[in-house]
Amino acid sequence: MLAAGSSESALAFIEIGAVVLALAILSRFAGRIGITAVPLYLIAGLVVGEGGVVTLDVGEEFISIAAEIGVLLLLLALGLEYNEAELRTGLRTGLVPGFTDMALNALPGFVLGLLLGWKPLAAVLLGGVCWVSSSGIISKVLSDLGRIGFRETPTVLNMLVIEDLAMAVYLPIVGALIAGGTVAALLGSVTLAITAVVVVLVLAVRYGSHLSDIVAGGSNESLLLTVFGLTLLVGGLAQRIEVSGAIGAFLVGLALSGHAEERAASLIAPLRDLFAATFFLFFSFRIDPSDLVDVALPALGLAIVTSVAKVATGWIAAGRAGVGPRGRVRAGTVLIARGEFSIVIAALGSELADGPDLGALAAAYVLVTAIVGPLATRFADHIPIPSRWDVVPNPGY
Amino acid sequence: MPDVRETNLPGIGVRHDFTTADGTRIGVLVRRDGRREILVYDRKDPDACSERMQLSASDTQTLSELLGAGRVTEAVTAVRQQIEGLAIEWIELGTTSLLIGHTIADGQLRTRTGASVVAVIRGDTTVPAPEPDFEFATRDVVVAVGTDEGLATLRSILGPPPGH
Repeated sequence: MLAAGSSESALAFIEIGAVVLALAILSRFAGRIGITAVPLYLIAGLVVGEGGVVTLDVGEEFISIAAEIGVLLLLLALGLEYNEAELRTGLRTGLVPGFTDMALNALPGFVLGLLLGWKPLAAVLLGGVCWVSSSGIISKVLSDLGRIGFRETPTVLNMLVIEDLAMAVYLPIVGALIAGGTVAALLGSVTLAITAVVVVLVLAVRYGSHLSDIVAGGSNESLLLTVFGLTLLVGGLAQRIEVSGAIGAFLVGLALSGHAEERAASLIAPLRDLFAATFFLFFSFRIDPSDLVDVALPALGLAIVTSVAKVATGWIAAGRAGVGPRGRVRAGTVLIARGEFSIVIAALGSELADGPDLGALAAAYVLVTAIVGPLATRFADHIPIPSRWDVVPNPGY
Repeated sequence: MPDVRETNLPGIGVRHDFTTADGTRIGVLVRRDGRREILVYDRKDPDACSERMQLSASDTQTLSELLGAGRVTEAVTAVRQQIEGLAIEWIELGTTSLLIGHTIADGQLRTRTGASVVAVIRGDTTVPAPEPDFEFATRDVVVAVGTDEGLATLRSILGPPPGH
């Protein structure tokens, strides 16, 4: 019994070790060619997953739980990224650009879902996949291209804040809808979810610093354990009451602020990288590569339409801030990249009847936009603009 | 002082920028972790930066000391300019000086020149704000403050410096 157990764990170690090392090589390669590793992790998942070249056996169970922890940590880190003042500004100034963003980008996804003959809920999820830009990819691209100081950058970053806030409402609603049940139960769980989000947001904005003071005491070790434990606990409880666990983790991130937030963000980052890589791998792990061929055309069409939509979104939002045409094109193109959030949304729907199609489409879509987006924005200054728009903006607005 | 604009960059930090006297827009990006970046905006595309410079914590300190030190010197120059006409002079007493063995009061220096003796340097020691009964000796260096004319009169009273 003991011998059998140890030989099984030995096999699991070998499999997990090989997988993580493969991810390490991919991440290194991605850094070398200047893109984020997310699309490469997805490709790796296709290779080792169902219908792929190699298949894993005992390691799968561990990888699946690690992947779920990965989602929680991704969302936690996202919540940690912004402090309460930034959230307040986002809520105050972001409504118009936020709704433009949603209308232009979520709608094409939703319509395509319906055209493919999916259930409305799966179509709503596809809308979400198209809606949210990848803050992970975008912040990396902005700093790689040295654009942090550019004047369109605050607009881009504010757009990411708004999208994340919108997700805090969107995810619990779709989470409740996916869980299903009677109309009364649905209404109950949606109300509960929204109430929880609003209460935590208000608490975070008003009393975030007090909350953080309680958590912040003690060493790095105790802070790491507190935040990690709190995230899993709240995530698990949220999942229990049919609110998405990811949202629970996001709320934990939002609730922390000030000094505790900064320390927690830097402590949690390596853990997040480890588990999130597993999440991306595991997501495409369950996708049959032959399905990708079937969805290639719709994914490409969707990518083209929503890339144009993101450029329009960025153009409008940056224009409102007084940025000139060149900057508006840069803002639009940098927003094209979709990534972690799109995959999180698609993963929510994996149990639906249209789940496998949604997963394959989302994977293909993220692969295209995550690669095309950073390239498009790198060459944004060479994109021709009609001369009547190409004017030099006021330098000192 | 030009108008400095402050812009929040969610998740990154704060950017400050202003237009210099010659019309260049420059800025400083302060990241949450304390790193700084100096930005110079492009004249053709004022939304983009033509130059960027990453500064570590110690670079920032060095640079601000350099800029700060410049400001101190400027301030001192400004103060000098404000009390224009006031000069300070070091005058060494030669062996032939008529004042040797006499006190400051004897010479009636202040009354005759309008300049004040603020210190006398004798060898390695300095006597600040000497009393009226301070007695001059050969090779004393008299430090005096006054107008250019007053100091010229004082020089003639004290006599030629050593070696003349």
